[in-house]
Amino acid sequence: MPTPTIELRHVTKRFLTPSGTAYTALRDLDLAVQEGEFCAVVGPTGCGKSTTLALISGLEPPSDGEVRVRDEVVRGVGRDVGYVFQVDAVFPWKSVLDNVATGPRFRGVDRRDAEDRARDWIKRVGLAGFERYYPHQLSGGMRKRAALAQTLINEPRILLMDEPFSALDVQTRTLMENELLQLWSATRASVVFVTHDLEEAIALADRVVVITAGPGTVKGTYRVDLPRPRNVAEIRFQPEFSRIYREIWDDLRDEVLVSYERSKRSVS
Amino acid sequence: MSALSAASRNDPAQSAETSNESARARTRARATRRLLVNVLRIAFAVIVLGFWEMGTTIDANHREGLWIDPFFYGRPSGIATQLWIWITNGTAQGPLWLQVATTLEEAFLGFLIGVGLGVVFGVALGRVRLLSDVFAPYIKALNAMPRVVLGSIFIITIGYNIWSKVALAVVLVFFVVFFNAFQGVREVDRVLIANARILGASERQLSTHVIFPSALSWILASLHTSFGFALVGAVVGEYLGAIHGIGLVISTAQATFNPNGVFAAMFILAVVALTAEVVLTWLENRLIRWRPNTITDVRI
Repeated sequence: MPTPTIELRHVTKRFLTPSGTAYTALRDLDLAVQEGEFCAVVGPTGCGKSTTLALISGLEPPSDGEVRVRDEVVRGVGRDVGYVFQVDAVFPWKSVLDNVATGPRFRGVDRRDAEDRARDWIKRVGLAGFERYYPHQLSGGMRKRAALAQTLINEPRILLMDEPFSALDVQTRTLMENELLQLWSATRASVVFVTHDLEEAIALADRVVVITAGPGTVKGTYRVDLPRPRNVAEIRFQPEFSRIYREIWDDLRDEVLVSYERSKRSVS
Repeated sequence: MSALSAASRNDPAQSAETSNESARARTRARATRRLLVNVLRIAFAVIVLGFWEMGTTIDANHREGLWIDPFFYGRPSGIATQLWIWITNGTAQGPLWLQVATTLEEAFLGFLIGVGLGVVFGVALGRVRLLSDVFAPYIKALNAMPRVVLGSIFIITIGYNIWSKVALAVVLVFFVVFFNAFQGVREVDRVLIANARILGASERQLSTHVIFPSALSWILASLHTSFGFALVGAVVGEYLGAIHGIGLVISTAQATFNPNGVFAAMFILAVVALTAEVVLTWLENRLIRWRPNTITDVRI
């Protein structure tokens, strides 16, 4: 087996809570993503899914264990990484064009070239004509498209996505998922896609990893052998889809219940 | 304008059925309302000034004397006359425009220097934890002090020229802008910073592309207050000792028991401050065009 593109070995991540106690978000997590693989990570709320992405991106160091990307230990933010955040992360004071051109500009491309590339990416995500708009003038779905273009223009070999579509309505979401698959099929980056939506995970991914209720660790890994190219809207009707769904859900359900019980207790 | 009209402007159900007629009706209603507001505003001024004027002229029953003693409180017609005398004949300190220009020059210089220093220090201390930890107690102490007393020191050390007033204005403006810039830097959205770092920003690019623009709306908001402080600094400084300026005009009027003069100078200051406010609002709207149309018309 070749060296995985992303590899987490026995990773533990502890945070200091405001009250001064240590909170363990991840415990002894092992995860490997192969070159060009689309890996979805699912788990109940608060299981440390986002933390996993922060570790891979280099935004956060692990407390224990080792994070390797392309066979090198991660120290700080790498150049090959793209990150689509759960909340809006486009810069509100930049127009769509400037937002998308930001990555190349940061990396030293001169303005004209950066803007030419940005125009091309704006077209690819279906925002042509909105180059001069500011984020607050766009809908949530359009802002997400802008964020996608902003991330993909850097042509990341590793694409990290943190529930990117969770704030969108169902129709827009399905559209965006299909477009993501299309864009991805052209680049074949290695993807780690975090979601709490199992259907979304199966529809998009080659492999689904279930994380336990916090502190998060891997509960199970499942191959999704559905053919590509896929249509996210229709793939759910295939019998294979329901079979995989049922298999993973059996695992996930327990964790969701654990997390639910916990949240009930902390409320009462 | 009222919250009501703002709501009706944004209501999609209403704008969907926008026929020409209802749009015209709304325009008409808005015009009527504006007229009403303006009429009431003028009426208010007329009533207040009218009572003042009458109180100082009508001798209630020819025995008790006047309701309001114009020797202490002046009278509107007297204030107008005083303004007219200043405009046509100049003040005791020279022509009126020279006094206004001097005060404005001091206020503007103090404003510019104070804003510049405030932004630089605010951003620096907001970005560098060590700096803010070291300087926090000193800044808090200086801020807690009534800084107007520094005016006396500045007059002694710098002298009667405009720079002692500029220095006082700088000190007053600096803290307002400094705290806003500092807070603005601290409040920058963590996700935006993370995003910029992933996209490849260096520390400097992080400052210029994310932190400064984000803090800018805080800084600009502070400019309204701080121009007022710059004027306070200039006027108080002149009051303490000067060769020209509105503050000197006020202190002279006070020394000669001329309340009309004090009020007339106040009136001039109000006009200056309002003009500056208009310019600043215009500047603000130009600089942060990216911001959604926040409730700009809530201000009276």
